[in-house]
Amino acid sequence: MVNTINHIWSLLEEVYDPEVPVLSVVDLGIIRSVEEKKEAIHVTITPTYIGCPAMQTIEEDIQTKFEESGISNFKISTSIAPAWTTDWMSEKGKKKLKDYGIAPPQNEPDKSLLFAEPIVVPCPRCESSDTKMVSHFGSTACKAHYQCNQCREPFDYFKCFK
Amino acid sequence: MTKQEALYNYVLRLGDDSLILGQRLAELCGHGPILEEDIALTNISLDLIGQATLFLDYAGALSGETKSNDDLAFLRLEKEYVNALLLEQPNGHFGDTIMRQFLFDAFRKPLLECLQDSSEKELASIAEKALKETKYHLKHSSEWVIRLGDGTDESHEKIQGSLHTLYRYSHELFFEDESDFLLQKSKIVPELNSIKLEWEKTVKNVFEMAGIALPENDWKFEGGRQGRHSEHMGFLLTELQYMQRTYPNMEW
Repeated sequence: MVNTINHIWSLLEEVYDPEVPVLSVVDLGIIRSVEEKKEAIHVTITPTYIGCPAMQTIEEDIQTKFEESGISNFKISTSIAPAWTTDWMSEKGKKKLKDYGIAPPQNEPDKSLLFAEPIVVPCPRCESSDTKMVSHFGSTACKAHYQCNQCREPFDYFKCFK
Repeated sequence: MTKQEALYNYVLRLGDDSLILGQRLAELCGHGPILEEDIALTNISLDLIGQATLFLDYAGALSGETKSNDDLAFLRLEKEYVNALLLEQPNGHFGDTIMRQFLFDAFRKPLLECLQDSSEKELASIAEKALKETKYHLKHSSEWVIRLGDGTDESHEKIQGSLHTLYRYSHELFFEDESDFLLQKSKIVPELNSIKLEWEKTVKNVFEMAGIALPENDWKFEGGRQGRHSEHMGFLLTELQYMQRTYPNMEW
């Protein structure tokens, strides 16, 4: 049974986020549990943002992965509580994000005070800390839009979400 | 009225507020005043439609019939929608869009904060999830109200005008009827008095920073919670429901 569970986790490592294709669903921290109940595999996933349009694709991708691997008796369900946080993203995932050109989440969320200075997000390309937030809302719900003042490259920041 | 019926009514209001405002903001996709705001407003729309999906899913389960979130979103008649009138008001100019958003966010945030402690587990977990996003929305809309109010003469005049037009719709956010009272008695939902105090504090603070003033009249428009909508609602629903009405049961 342990073997089966481990096998499932390794299969899930090969299912990628369609929006950020370097991150597996395990790296992203959206797999809440993998259990074996009465011969069937139960996988519980949790959405990052409620309206994340990738969730359905992710569920279908997991399904396809299982079917290709000859696993037919499984159930995928979604659970929204406890709510996802970027703390669940793996360290490996954060490194992969950076290599891909997206600044990984820092450990603190943006202050809720009005006009608070945005947190310092180092540029994923040149490492400079001299960057500025262009917009709190980026190409997807989970990202903000930044620009590096040193190398002038615009980049995405994966927002800290707690 | 049973507790379940009251909860259905209550959750439907939460869902309809999210759905209708989400639809309004979605109209701005590709039409935002600047690229960053186009992206911001449609991101907020996406969050709201995500919230609507969860609330309407939950309402469907409480309805006692086999209703999906899509059935509730796309196949009701105008008088069956119970969103507050504020949320169906047209986008107008950018100041109108931002003011509508701000008046709502300042209400939604404290409401969700209370609902995450609800004894109804499902309601609590949707609230907990939605709250994280709503905090960002409130920050965004507050900052814009201040920037516009404290900006140029023209932006000041416009956002002050938006407040004059929209303020009369804000009172309805605190509408309560027997569904609320029943759920409040069982401590499932908070009394809106306490939410109103929070709302007034936020609104006063932001308007002070923006240098804009509340209208002197105390006009109050309401009806949405009881299914009596403004003339704008029919047009909004026509667009929202078009595909399902034309091609029943279609899916992506």
